[in-house]
Amino acid sequence: MTLLLTHYNYLVVVVLMMAGFFIVIAQGNLVKKLVGLNIFQTSVFILYISSGKITGGTAPILQDGITAYSNPLPHVLILTAIVVGIATTALGLALVIRIKKAYGTIEESEIQQRDHTC
Amino acid sequence: MLSHLPILQVILPLLGAPACLILGRGKLAWLFALLVSTLSFCIAATLLYTVYHHGVISYALGGWQAPWGIEYRIDLLNAWLLVIVSGSSTISLLAAQSSISTEITLDKQGLFYVAWLLCLAGLLGILATGDAFNVFVFLEISSLSTYTLISLGPNRQSLWAAFRYLIMGTIGATFILIGIGFMYIMTGTLNMADLAERLPSASESPTVFAAYAFILVGISLKLALFPLHLWLPNAYSQAPSIVTTFLAASATKVALYLLIRFTYTIFPSEFSQFIIPLADIFVALGIVAVFSASIAAIYQEEIKRAIAYSSIAQIGYMVIGLGIGGVLGLQAALIHVFNHALMKATLFMALAGIAVRIGATTLTSMQGLGRKMPWTSFGFVAGGLSLIGVPLTAGFISKWYLVSAAALAGRWPLVFLILLGSLLAIIYIWRVVEALYFKSAADNSPVKEAPLTMLIALWLLILGNVYFGIDTRLPVSISYEAATALVEGRP
Amino acid sequence: MLSGIYGFLSASFFVLMDAVDVAFTEAAVGSGISPLLMLLTVALVGRHEKQNPGRGLPALVLVTITGALLIIGTLSMPDFGSANAPAQTHVGPYYIEQSAAEIGIPNIVTSVLASYRGFDTFGEVAVVFTAGIGVLSLLMLKSSTPETPAVTSAHKHKILRIVSKILIPPILLFSLYVQFHGDYGPGGGFQAGVIFAAAIILYTMFFGVDIAQQVVSSALLRVLAAFGVLLYGSVGLVSMLNGGTFLDYSALADNPITGQHIGIIVIELGVGMTVAAVMVMIFYCFAGQVNTAREADE
Repeated sequence: MTLLLTHYNYLVVVVLMMAGFFIVIAQGNLVKKLVGLNIFQTSVFILYISSGKITGGTAPILQDGITAYSNPLPHVLILTAIVVGIATTALGLALVIRIKKAYGTIEESEIQQRDHTC
Repeated sequence: MLSHLPILQVILPLLGAPACLILGRGKLAWLFALLVSTLSFCIAATLLYTVYHHGVISYALGGWQAPWGIEYRIDLLNAWLLVIVSGSSTISLLAAQSSISTEITLDKQGLFYVAWLLCLAGLLGILATGDAFNVFVFLEISSLSTYTLISLGPNRQSLWAAFRYLIMGTIGATFILIGIGFMYIMTGTLNMADLAERLPSASESPTVFAAYAFILVGISLKLALFPLHLWLPNAYSQAPSIVTTFLAASATKVALYLLIRFTYTIFPSEFSQFIIPLADIFVALGIVAVFSASIAAIYQEEIKRAIAYSSIAQIGYMVIGLGIGGVLGLQAALIHVFNHALMKATLFMALAGIAVRIGATTLTSMQGLGRKMPWTSFGFVAGGLSLIGVPLTAGFISKWYLVSAAALAGRWPLVFLILLGSLLAIIYIWRVVEALYFKSAADNSPVKEAPLTMLIALWLLILGNVYFGIDTRLPVSISYEAATALVEGRP
Repeated sequence: MLSGIYGFLSASFFVLMDAVDVAFTEAAVGSGISPLLMLLTVALVGRHEKQNPGRGLPALVLVTITGALLIIGTLSMPDFGSANAPAQTHVGPYYIEQSAAEIGIPNIVTSVLASYRGFDTFGEVAVVFTAGIGVLSLLMLKSSTPETPAVTSAHKHKILRIVSKILIPPILLFSLYVQFHGDYGPGGGFQAGVIFAAAIILYTMFFGVDIAQQVVSSALLRVLAAFGVLLYGSVGLVSMLNGGTFLDYSALADNPITGQHIGIIVIELGVGMTVAAVMVMIFYCFAGQVNTAREADE
């Protein structure tokens, strides 16, 4: 039980990650796949940020009279990762638009069908 | 300036890319990209020479010492890979302009070269860095540009292939990110050398085990290791031909480098030996990859696709080398990385030449080409012989070292299986040779030889295959030194 | 819509954990750009959806294995919020203790981002640039398409036009504030670039892509996107010529602290430039697709 209390943040991470990952694999709709991928990535962001938090600490901006700051390094890493995430999403969506134009559908099963018939 | 070589290696193509965008389209962009790539090949060669004679080079970016700043760390292993990647980029770029002229519209050609340089910079960045998170950043640069390059392929299937690769690749990269996060949480550092120092004290912890597992799976996705290889045949067969030549010779090699780096340098050695039976897993997966992919290759009608499957099989051989382990096994894998780059580049280059002239690379469309395009067709034969492992070709050296590593480890069934795998390669190469030389074409209209730049590139590769099949001093000595350093855990 | 809320939620989550800079970015990206692009895509590809059964089970198995591995991984981690965790005792504290003396700005995140790990940020800019190149190559409109007559909705809606005129200048100002205030509070080049792009995107939504392109043309955007990366890189090159290593800002001026200041301001400018240009470029590409699709329908 204490484990649940001290690790609740990580549990959120695990649930979000599993949900996102499931959507990516199980969904046939390409846009939804990308939404799932987004959720999957966000869960990793929370994992990193959680690791930087110190109880009683404040945001890592130096001020007089404050001694405990949260660890800035994970924040920096995740800033980078968020940007990478949106870059991937944008490229993926652009691909979806082109696929819709070329195939007339964005359902995985239908695309595979159309590739095999011609 | 000489001390800045490690960083110049990466920022040259990285800054070359935006400059290339401003420069414009078509021929000018091509010449510029070729120049940048050639220069970075020269830098890589100099680095290799320096490291071989004077030892490891460390370069502190931003003037901050590791582990607070990001460090570039060049040892023999990554110097060797830097030469392979920049070399295959240069030789593919030489042929690129003629090849893409038929596959990509003029207004996108400028963007094509920009994406190419970004991809090159990403791959070189992964190799050069000594920082685990920096690996992720450059992995994404190379991945996003690779998706772009693939999507520029001539058919609509290329879009679908790029999308699937994007999903798989992003999952792989996110897995690696999770693994790096776990390692960071347990050690508080991101620098590879620092991680190697601090991980052993935490190696009992399941978190480190999970970190290793996530990183392994993530890299295997990028490496297209069986059973995570499903994206590769589509991506390779649908990409523009010359992109396939470049990627086949470089991208999976970089993933293999990461596998070696994480297994040998970063994670404690007793960890990968005792906690998970990693060596056995590698050998088993490698064997399955060799056989399933070789058999799949035999049944392909589209030859680019068949050779793509063959790549999965060859990755299997490299992973078997890792699984055998020790200096010899590792050395065999490292020699094969180099030789495989040579032979795959040759094969795909020949196919690219054929695609330029007849617009397809199916088995039936290639019938009778041996007489119409003798110089190009011979390229395929030479690459094929090397792939099979015929003496006096580079491929023979690979097989020789792999087989002797297995034999010295006393694993005779493995020796047998490796040789059997080569027999399968004979079958899928022979099918093409038969079509090229022993079948007559449906129509007898003459076909021109591949464009000159492509022929030059192709024949340079053929000469490379033969040269390194005879004079093996360079790859053998470097891979030996690199493997010894890794196994002994020298920094 | 839901994903927008999700973006906001995760942003507030980050604030709770003291990651104000991250929260700022996630708010801009997660509830701004990413839903916007998603909506545009859905507008293009339609909502039509099909149930395809059969994938659920293997997916569930895979996800369960991954989840189990994750739980194994997280169980033995240090407690959440613990001050004795390795991550809090090894490299992190160095930044907190030394950055005031070595860099001289209060926002530690900016110090680490722009200087200690400046090369990661350079890579990040390159990723944005790569995505821009990718989207451009996928969705670039053929230059031969005839110019559409510039009659768009905004000309009919006077209110919208006035509202936009009131809204856009403050947004642009705010983005400049964020750009240069990043040293002291949360903010920096990336966030500023996104906000700046938001202003132009707003303008585009009111007046149409064609008119917006007359103000900020695609060719200009390309040059700006490339120039931002080059600017960042050239800071590194200059510090190399001054005898430091790549991106060693201390070599930029006689006084290392001044050098750090100059370096950080210039590279943040490069980041902002590339990010703003690429975001607008991506938006143009998506919006241009919507326009051509609409014309095809009519």
